[in-house]
Amino acid sequence: MENNQVITAKDLTKKFGDFVAVDHISFEVEKGEIFGFLGANGAGKTTAMRMLCGLSLPTSGVATVAGFDIYKQTEMIKKRIGYMSQKFSLYEDLTVFENIRFYGGIYGLRDEQIRQKTASLMKQLHLEGEEKTMVRSLPLGWKQKLAFSIAIVHDPAIVFLDEPTGGVDPVARREFWSMIYDASERGITIFVTTHYMDEAEYCDRVSIMVDGRIDALDSPANLMKNYGVNSMDEVFLQLARKAVRTAE
Amino acid sequence: MKQFLIFIKKEWLHIWRDRRTLFILIWMPIVQILLYGFALTNEVKNSKIAIFDQAKDDASRAVSNRIAASRYFSLVKNLHTYKDIDATFKQGKIRMAIVFPAGFRNDLLHANHAQIQLIADASDPNTANTLANYATAIINDYQQELNQHQDLPYTIQVQVRMLYNPELKGAYNFVPGVMALVLMLVCAMMTSISIVKEKEIGTMEVILVSPLKPFRIIIAKTIPYLLVSLLNIASILLLSVYALGVPIVGSLTLLLAESILFTITSLSVGILISNTAKTQQTAMFTSMMSLFLPTLLFSGFLFPVENMPAPLQVISNIVPARWYFIIVKAVMIKGLGFASIWKETTILLGMTVALLGVSIYQFKTRL
Repeated sequence: MENNQVITAKDLTKKFGDFVAVDHISFEVEKGEIFGFLGANGAGKTTAMRMLCGLSLPTSGVATVAGFDIYKQTEMIKKRIGYMSQKFSLYEDLTVFENIRFYGGIYGLRDEQIRQKTASLMKQLHLEGEEKTMVRSLPLGWKQKLAFSIAIVHDPAIVFLDEPTGGVDPVARREFWSMIYDASERGITIFVTTHYMDEAEYCDRVSIMVDGRIDALDSPANLMKNYGVNSMDEVFLQLARKAVRTAE
Repeated sequence: MKQFLIFIKKEWLHIWRDRRTLFILIWMPIVQILLYGFALTNEVKNSKIAIFDQAKDDASRAVSNRIAASRYFSLVKNLHTYKDIDATFKQGKIRMAIVFPAGFRNDLLHANHAQIQLIADASDPNTANTLANYATAIINDYQQELNQHQDLPYTIQVQVRMLYNPELKGAYNFVPGVMALVLMLVCAMMTSISIVKEKEIGTMEVILVSPLKPFRIIIAKTIPYLLVSLLNIASILLLSVYALGVPIVGSLTLLLAESILFTITSLSVGILISNTAKTQQTAMFTSMMSLFLPTLLFSGFLFPVENMPAPLQVISNIVPARWYFIIVKAVMIKGLGFASIWKETTILLGMTVALLGVSIYQFKTRL
């Protein structure tokens, strides 16, 4: 195992009774990579992601995240990952600063670090002077950017993004992806699930899950070439059509 | 530890920002105590009565005067015929009529056997009973005094003594009841709502991915409500002592310790509800239906548990408020010590440990 592999999974499996939610998946993600994790609803994306985040134990298989074992070292893993859900997960009744302080605080950032982070974030997001604004009154696009900034406020090795662009307009989505590129350039690995196939093309590599298995894993360009099509949409459709399972 | 404090601080901000809920949380117990204490009282005060005095002698007048002078009754009408009695009742002007037969004094002093008829409006049986008892007590009183002067040899004297609550104040029953009700509601309902809210807005996922331990998350979420509950206990006790005149006879420390135990019981019920509820509304209705009503019905606060049919008595055993109600009455009203409530305390403690264990276990496994 090389040092620059931040996620490794080998035959990772999760069963719920007879139902095999995740079926022997194996993959590796490199440091700073933007890794797209695709699949129809019910394909097992969320279950796989939860195992990697230390929220649920695998039935079998091995995996490491940031160099730590997902069976025994979930505590260490949790300190080194960030997470952003599709709901953006900010507290609407708290101010921008209070949200940063809370999330920074639970990752053990000191007051001084939180203050510095807040200042640089406000500048980066062009939110200067809005520290005391209630998150409730921010536009959706800003909430999303703030949620992402907060997910990486503790400089994690990996950030897991679960359908992070739901419901925002194309301009905001584009801006959001440029933030993702910035983070990846700073060495943060991005593990992202999405439904938007144009977004899949922004990823360095994508994996496509069908019925709990990873049926394809390559760069978007190679995938399109191998399947002889012009868009990720068509790649996805060809694979997804094989699915036996329907959404849970 | 610092992470823990940050969490509590955040939780406190949620409560503080939601002024309307905070307002309700703080005023609810106060309003309830005042309502139950003053408005919804089942004590009898200034009940309207009429007297039909066919005797009109000093004995009948003496009894009438005593009854009319008592604070329980107020004489609104003197009746002159039997028919009037029925008519006045039907008009709803009186709750009780007192009838003296002709020759009342004569019967009393010479035949040593006089009769008085009390006619009460029993469409409200409890009040009718109470009124009759009060009137009987006043008459007995008079009889007793007469006996002292007349030195009559045989007299049957009924003495009714109301233990612990000599004035039969309703507040003695309501204060412990309201404490149980308010603590159960504030703790269980508010914690379950606040935990479910985090699930709804998706922040729970993010917190669970963080290094914070699930156990600590739960504890941090309940602590602010524990504080609000302490404030409620204080306001209820202050009001009951200074506004309703219900003294705290027993140990205040013991009362507070037991109240904190009950608060923790309620908090764990709240966590349990939050584990199954998916939306805030569900959490609220589950709390209302599974806590508010059973607490009201089975704690013994409104209806004595001993009078219920056996199956209901069995059910009442699993209602934590029932045990807390007994404890508060014992400590606060009767002034008993720990020795006499250790059984109830043990039951409550057992329930708390079980509830807390199950709810935290479930919370972990549902991740």
